[in-house]
Amino acid sequence: MTTIDELREAVVDGQAKVAVAKVGEGLAEGTEAGTLLRDGLIAGMGQVGQLYEEGEIFVPEMLVAARAMAAALKVLKPYLVEQGVKSNGKVAIGTTQGDLHDIGKNLVAMMLEGSGYEIVDLGVDVPADKFVQAVREGANVVAMSALLTTTMTNMQATIEALRDAGLRDQVRIIVGGAPITKTYADEIGADGYAEDASSAVRLVKEVLAV
Amino acid sequence: MEKYTGLAITSLDEFVFGRCPRPLKVGRGLVLGDGTVYPELNFTLPPMHIDAGTMVDVRREYTGMIDQACARAVALQVPGLVVEFELLPDLTLEPEWGAEVTALLRQTLDRYAASDGLANALRVTPNDIREFVRPPVLREGDKWDRMVSSFELCAQAGADLLSIESTGGKELHDDALLNADLAGSVFALGVLAARDMGYLWDMIVGVAAGHGALAAGDSACGFGNTAMALADTRHIPKVWAAVVRVMTVPRSLVAYERGALGPGKDCAYENVYLKAITGHPMAMEGAEAACAHLSPLGNIAKATADLWSNESVQNIKLLGGMAPTVSMEQLAYATRLLNQAAQAGGATTLRDWLVGSDMDKDPQAYVLRPDVVLKLAAAIVAEPTAYLRTRRAALAVLEALRQGHAEKEFSLSKPEANWLDRLSAQAEDLPEDEGRFIEEMVAGADRDKVRFDQYGLDV
Repeated sequence: MTTIDELREAVVDGQAKVAVAKVGEGLAEGTEAGTLLRDGLIAGMGQVGQLYEEGEIFVPEMLVAARAMAAALKVLKPYLVEQGVKSNGKVAIGTTQGDLHDIGKNLVAMMLEGSGYEIVDLGVDVPADKFVQAVREGANVVAMSALLTTTMTNMQATIEALRDAGLRDQVRIIVGGAPITKTYADEIGADGYAEDASSAVRLVKEVLAV
Repeated sequence: MEKYTGLAITSLDEFVFGRCPRPLKVGRGLVLGDGTVYPELNFTLPPMHIDAGTMVDVRREYTGMIDQACARAVALQVPGLVVEFELLPDLTLEPEWGAEVTALLRQTLDRYAASDGLANALRVTPNDIREFVRPPVLREGDKWDRMVSSFELCAQAGADLLSIESTGGKELHDDALLNADLAGSVFALGVLAARDMGYLWDMIVGVAAGHGALAAGDSACGFGNTAMALADTRHIPKVWAAVVRVMTVPRSLVAYERGALGPGKDCAYENVYLKAITGHPMAMEGAEAACAHLSPLGNIAKATADLWSNESVQNIKLLGGMAPTVSMEQLAYATRLLNQAAQAGGATTLRDWLVGSDMDKDPQAYVLRPDVVLKLAAAIVAEPTAYLRTRRAALAVLEALRQGHAEKEFSLSKPEANWLDRLSAQAEDLPEDEGRFIEEMVAGADRDKVRFDQYGLDV
């Protein structure tokens, strides 16, 4: 078993200390930081995601794995910066203004992070101008969620604010939440709608590939 | 302050829908828990923005919803009706707006009582807007003031019953849920939420007493139903959601110890336990709440309900009419069957069918089985404090689940069954000493997420 295999296994098993040690070993062996990230950490989280999709594990186990990945990534980060390795994308995520329901949003953020995206978590009750600011600061995806019929309308306000700021063409926008539908996403001019956290990860990949 | 130490209902024969040891007179001609199950209808706005400029549309929506629903209730000869107005955040943040809607709902209910003899009551549930501030500021400040004002103005405007789905402790409980961190959940529910409930319900009971309303009850929706929703989408194990459900009981019981009289709020599935402990009437929801959310408890929740609710439905057009009117009809028929069964002497038979149809399909249903409830409720209420009750709830429900699983009362997938052992190990580690437990939990807490002073904790 190679060091990268062991790193991937440590992430799947949620063993943070082992994952950190394996990153150190990999670097010492001369493996590129980008390879450790892609074939070790992200691949490990990919395997975790697969187990989750198959019903073998639940979010609590995924979170343990995500923490192992985060610990290893902390060690790896300076090397990634040095070697000019970029993330898969920068996602600004938040619940719309007036909405405080953030568990779904947090799950999406966790799963995106595990898939190699940089997350800017804007939190809850996020006004349009905060999303606009995040895009100005480099986010190339905006992800919004709402649980109430009276706060979902603020998604459109955010999209309009991005348009008014002249930023609409440089960002992909995805939406989700209990009252949201694909039709509504289309109506307000979003680029996509995801029904749950797993499909949000696939959606981000899709919209960034366009 | 009433301190519960035992059960108000001790016999399975007495634990049935429509009847409770402490029936409640409320509103215009209703007596809850005295033999009849009444529908409780809740409705909400379609997708729309709320501000001063759209309040005219908001009023029009609510006027239409209540008028059409009452007309359908009269057409179907319901014996009585409770209407719940659950305020949206904007209608609580601007207390006058919520009170305006309360007044128009009350006027319509008064009119139908006078013209058609429709016995009715209005439950008003302000939104817990305190969590708009993060970490939540629970006992002071602008959001607290506005929420208190909302309760007062709505009571003045005609609310018969006051409720809330309070969220104290949720700022830590969400993470505990996702991490299946049992100690974190016990801390959030048994230490933090219970303390917040005491403070909050003293206010609500005071407002109710000052305005001729009744303090009804709270719901651990943000805890137990969040768990249920996460389990339904396979994010967390169902056994974990079942454990959390039972652990919400001590937290919600605090409202009754502070003076709430029922009917407990519909989405509080812990109400089955609270009915057994307090003897007050309880609202429940299930099959006819499919318009609002999935639940694996559609029939079993009906087995001991005194009010039967649809949870909430948007005012959108369906073939049968506007959705709240359709919900009204569904509730009318659901309660008609329950009442017919009771009149024919078949209440316990129908109860057992309702229970039997759900109980083997999900551990969350199993923990609502009336005999399981009586056993666990007795163990919980025998403990003296909210923390010890929550600790006992965890230990007792896990033991019941393990036993039920071993006896094949319900089935679990292998990944689910593994969690019984993992959660039991966590529960067994909970200390009896609350002070020690608080010390341990505070030491590991993220102070950016919680303000302990808002719970009266000097730590």
